[in-house]
Amino acid sequence: SVNPDLASERQTASFSVEKLTAWLDGGVELTRIRRAVVEAIECDPVFSRENQYFQSQNERYEAAVRKAVHLQKKMHEMGWTEDGPEFKYIYRALSGDIAFLLHRIFMRSISVLGSDKQIAKWIPLASQFQLIGSYAQTELGHGTYLQGLETTAVFDIATQEFILNTPKISAMKWWPGDMGRSATHTVVFAQLYIHGKCYGMHPFIVQIRSLQDHSLCPGIIAGDIGPKMSFEHIDNGYLMLQNVRVPRENMLNKFCEVQPDGTYARRGSQQINYFTMTTVRISLISDEVIIPLMKACTIAVRYSVVRRQSKLKPGEEEAKILDYQTQQEKLLPQLAAAYAFHFINNYLQELFEKGYREVQRKNFDTLPELHAFSSGFKAMVSQYCTSAVEICLRACGGHGYSLLSGLPSLYTKILASCIYEGENTVLLLQAARFLNKCFVAASAGRPVPPSVTYLAAVKPGKCPANNKSDFLSPDIYTEAYQHTAVRLVSSTAAKLQDLIQSGVKKHDAWNQCTVQLVQAAKAHCHYITVKNFAETVEKLETEAGIQKVMKHLCDLFALHGIFSNAGVFLHDGYISGAQMDMVTASYLDLLAVIRNDAVPLVDAFDFTDKNLNSALGSYDGQVYQRLYEWAQKSPTNTQVNPAYEKYLKPLLHNMRSKI
Amino acid sequence: ALVFNDPDFQHEDLNFLSRSERYEQAVRKSALMVMKLREYGIADPEEIYWFKSFVHRGRPEPLDLHLGMFLPTLLTQATPEQQDRFFMPAWNLEIIGTYAQTEMGHGTHLRGLETTATYDPATQEFILNSPTVTSIKWWPGGLGKTSNYAIVLAQLYTQGQCKGLHAFIVPIRQLGTHEPLPGITVGDIGPKFGYDEMDNGYLKMDNFRIPRENMLMKYAQVEPDGTYVKPLSDKLTYGTMVFIRSLIVGDAARSLSRACTIAIRYSAVRHQSELKPGEPEPQILDYQTQQYKLFPLLATAYAFHFVGAYIKDTYSRVSSDINEGNLSELPELHALTAGLKAFTSWTASAGIEECRMACGGHGYSRCSGIPDIYVTFTPSCTYEGENTVMMLQTARFLVKSYNQVSSGQRVTGMVSYLNDLSRQRIQPQHVAARTVTVPINDPVSLVEAYKARAARLVEAAAKNLQAELNHRKSKEDAWNRTSVDLVRASEAHCHYVIAKLFTAKLSEISNAAVRAVMTELCLLYALYGISKNTGDFLQAGILTDAQITQVNHRVKELLAVIRPNAVALVDSFDFHDVHLGSVLGRYDGNVYENMFEWAKKSPLNKTEVHESFHKHLKPMQAKL
Repeated sequence: SVNPDLASERQTASFSVEKLTAWLDGGVELTRIRRAVVEAIECDPVFSRENQYFQSQNERYEAAVRKAVHLQKKMHEMGWTEDGPEFKYIYRALSGDIAFLLHRIFMRSISVLGSDKQIAKWIPLASQFQLIGSYAQTELGHGTYLQGLETTAVFDIATQEFILNTPKISAMKWWPGDMGRSATHTVVFAQLYIHGKCYGMHPFIVQIRSLQDHSLCPGIIAGDIGPKMSFEHIDNGYLMLQNVRVPRENMLNKFCEVQPDGTYARRGSQQINYFTMTTVRISLISDEVIIPLMKACTIAVRYSVVRRQSKLKPGEEEAKILDYQTQQEKLLPQLAAAYAFHFINNYLQELFEKGYREVQRKNFDTLPELHAFSSGFKAMVSQYCTSAVEICLRACGGHGYSLLSGLPSLYTKILASCIYEGENTVLLLQAARFLNKCFVAASAGRPVPPSVTYLAAVKPGKCPANNKSDFLSPDIYTEAYQHTAVRLVSSTAAKLQDLIQSGVKKHDAWNQCTVQLVQAAKAHCHYITVKNFAETVEKLETEAGIQKVMKHLCDLFALHGIFSNAGVFLHDGYISGAQMDMVTASYLDLLAVIRNDAVPLVDAFDFTDKNLNSALGSYDGQVYQRLYEWAQKSPTNTQVNPAYEKYLKPLLHNMRSKI
Repeated sequence: ALVFNDPDFQHEDLNFLSRSERYEQAVRKSALMVMKLREYGIADPEEIYWFKSFVHRGRPEPLDLHLGMFLPTLLTQATPEQQDRFFMPAWNLEIIGTYAQTEMGHGTHLRGLETTATYDPATQEFILNSPTVTSIKWWPGGLGKTSNYAIVLAQLYTQGQCKGLHAFIVPIRQLGTHEPLPGITVGDIGPKFGYDEMDNGYLKMDNFRIPRENMLMKYAQVEPDGTYVKPLSDKLTYGTMVFIRSLIVGDAARSLSRACTIAIRYSAVRHQSELKPGEPEPQILDYQTQQYKLFPLLATAYAFHFVGAYIKDTYSRVSSDINEGNLSELPELHALTAGLKAFTSWTASAGIEECRMACGGHGYSRCSGIPDIYVTFTPSCTYEGENTVMMLQTARFLVKSYNQVSSGQRVTGMVSYLNDLSRQRIQPQHVAARTVTVPINDPVSLVEAYKARAARLVEAAAKNLQAELNHRKSKEDAWNRTSVDLVRASEAHCHYVIAKLFTAKLSEISNAAVRAVMTELCLLYALYGISKNTGDFLQAGILTDAQITQVNHRVKELLAVIRPNAVALVDSFDFHDVHLGSVLGRYDGNVYENMFEWAKKSPLNKTEVHESFHKHLKPMQAKL
């Protein structure tokens, strides 16, 4: 039975949860497919995550491999294919708790970077799992800065082979997933040398383990990099290469080739290569960043209406903690952010599909913009969502720290997204570089991509709001965000210019402005997110109830941003002190309004209990009962206390005689 | 060195052990530690603290609650007779105890606890019960597997009336067999975010009887016939809370210092990308963005050290007053430590994460040591008083002080700036008028700016509260609707106190070079705080746009000034490598080769071919 405290929240929903779910999924049909996939996965005991919180790293790894192997069978059974509509829901249904993700990256890199001949040779082997692939780029000494990688591949004309080496310890490949224990092959990125001349980074297919007995190949040292904050199920690995020889054909050569005589030939544009990197950044936003935040919100919001603590009015029963303004102020902005980012993700997906079509037509004009978008948004969204998940964790008091709440593992997993696929600060600076360039171009009257034309339309002035309800107008707050983004981009550009004119070298000037540049890039992304949210609500054609609650969330997201970054908006007087008080008032009013729909709004994310895997967040709200039951399953309770006989007993009995 | 070089305290890297193994190691070391403390004759609390922190390398351990709560509570709340019965057995570890307060359904809000202790005059016993699932004791450290006794907090019922929370000494496991006693259900609450070596436990009691003499009766008493005798003052319990919260402030400083040490040393070792075309890759500590992440945290770590020391000193001064019956300073100290506990634990927690992020991917590996520092420290945002609740306690005191000032009384201590507010109202001069010329290189003037901000936010919160009350809201409702403002006011107050204490410390430093570098850090702390909260300073007219621009600029200048001393400043924290537990933060900086050595010991590397290959991979390849 459902806890009455949770049931009552559902009775007062101002909109249809089912309709909102369908809209979030992109239609009723997609909801149906998603649920069918989830159902198929969850009823299969091999995919169970029931004991996940009690398992060791070795057990987690083994389970992930078992699941990956089983998934092949399952897909075949269910008739799911990689390009079918079900595929994208599988990962969500598994909560990513599965091995061989890098195997896919291995295949993708061959498809993108390999010649037709290479594709024909390797892809069938990989899709049949006759080999297991990984993707070895990052090294101990270098990550995001790819030019700094130190692994070498020297072409030997005599044997028509490349000789791969790890010349020093910092050049060891470090972190690639599936490589520590599973992979038999990997794509190694190395500096190509021909006749002593370096041609930069190139990809090589290298076999690292025997296909017979899985032992390491000669010249290969590989293993697991040891425990991490999360990802216990993945064998992130290290790899050291000592004079490992691979045939000339193993360099992926769609874009450049080393000919038998050592001639280096480039063909086609490598820009498409960058496009792959940018699409990976965009594709991770949904599964690795937004979904964890939605889960965290679901857990924290449901728990906050079940948990009662202290009294709001004397003589009444204890209040639900979600009725406290401070609790609302912690959780509801995060809920609004989950929606905001869901919509910005839709927007980015569309933008990239369009970009992809252009690229296929060999039109690379949009690439710089797409690259800047993917860098900026990956960084901004992952950073925002990571701290949002942490806020949710903290908002659940002591029980949030229990692994059984599900929140610690969501947090430790999402926070890795701030680093992989490009460290966030570096990515924000890449976005800033683009913005700065566009601003300079726009100021000089040159054309700029549509997403940044706003930079040229400088409209100095003041925010026209007269009372607090004016701040519920999307025009008013979107304008404020735009103004702030322009101000930050332009003032940084001006400072950069000043420094250079005063004789500071260009790179020094850049470094001296980086803190501001990062701020400007974030402001730009924040502006686009608010604008997109407002436009999405505007265009929304569904029942009035949904439109209304989405409008509230949009207002909350926008005003929370102004409230939390007040200084930036006050700085040039665009928003006055009195107006800032109106923002605060409007913002706090909204909390109480959205409070009433908080549970239906998280229900609409439609996570099953098994998927949430949380004692605090289940649909029925039987929090305490479940916590107690789950704790009893812990090995610390089911196994003999290892310390009693050995240490406690002697301590308890012998102390007196020792003294 | 007594500890670090002792072979008995050595063990495998904890990162590679399972939870059960970590618990076992911790118990082993604790048992050994107790023996050695006695052997060496160490009895001074300060010395015990350091010995313990070296044995356990700053980590929690199953006897923490026995040593930190059970024994002290016996000392402060037991009658002499009770001390005779329990103290020596506990001191000799025949009794290992814990302190069972928190329940599944209630934590910080103590009045809501549901465990009952009903007095039965017929047998002169208390009957203890856990009447609901939510009343099960949950979280106490050492309760799950280690302790055989617990001090249990329960609602006392006698003569049909509830007399509120009282403490009872309850045996939970059989001496000799260590099996739970009949009527007692006890166990471990399962895996957590950190605290692997601690057996945080649950305890359920069903009609469990203990003799009347097991209620701690130094203050409140229940007589044989069931008559209840009230304690003299309930403020006395404040003392312990203040003490423990002051420890958390010190812990915030230490944990943040450790994280800074690791991140700054690693940033000096790591080279990446290029700053100048054609030159070798620079140390990442040369990037402005990296300095901007780390140096304000370094300054914060120093600031918190001084705050921790201040609270500790004030506490010992005030507690000697208390012993002389003078409780006048206690409320302010209590209110101040609540807020500072919240402020420092929030800031340090976020700061540790920032340090980890600043180490890029390798920060995420357990070998960096930072994940461990984080999970060990961050629960202090919740335990010993949930932070938001703590901030609101401070706010209650601030509003009370504000109302006193409004009604013409003067207030003293750290809130005395509120006295100026009333004066300003008399002279219609804006706060800003006085501070437009804030010289941003003078810490004392910056403290004035923080003071003005705190005054403004306390005033705003108090006025909003009044406005809500005028809207004929109930007191509680009005308080709730103002609580976001109230938390902001408390934060501003704490921020002011910290800036003030840091600044005050500068004049005590006699060595000129040390004073110079501390002054830079102090300035950075104060200016960075302003640049992160410009809204407050602008809106109140304390600083102008132009000054904010100057502040932002000066922060970046200071980063470059501090850069050459950064490593020396973390070396000064003097953490031994063993204590730091980090491959990235090693004193010798030999990071990469040691990461490799560390990884080779990982459990997944125990065999060259993992068993999963034979179990899953090979059969699959054969089938497909």
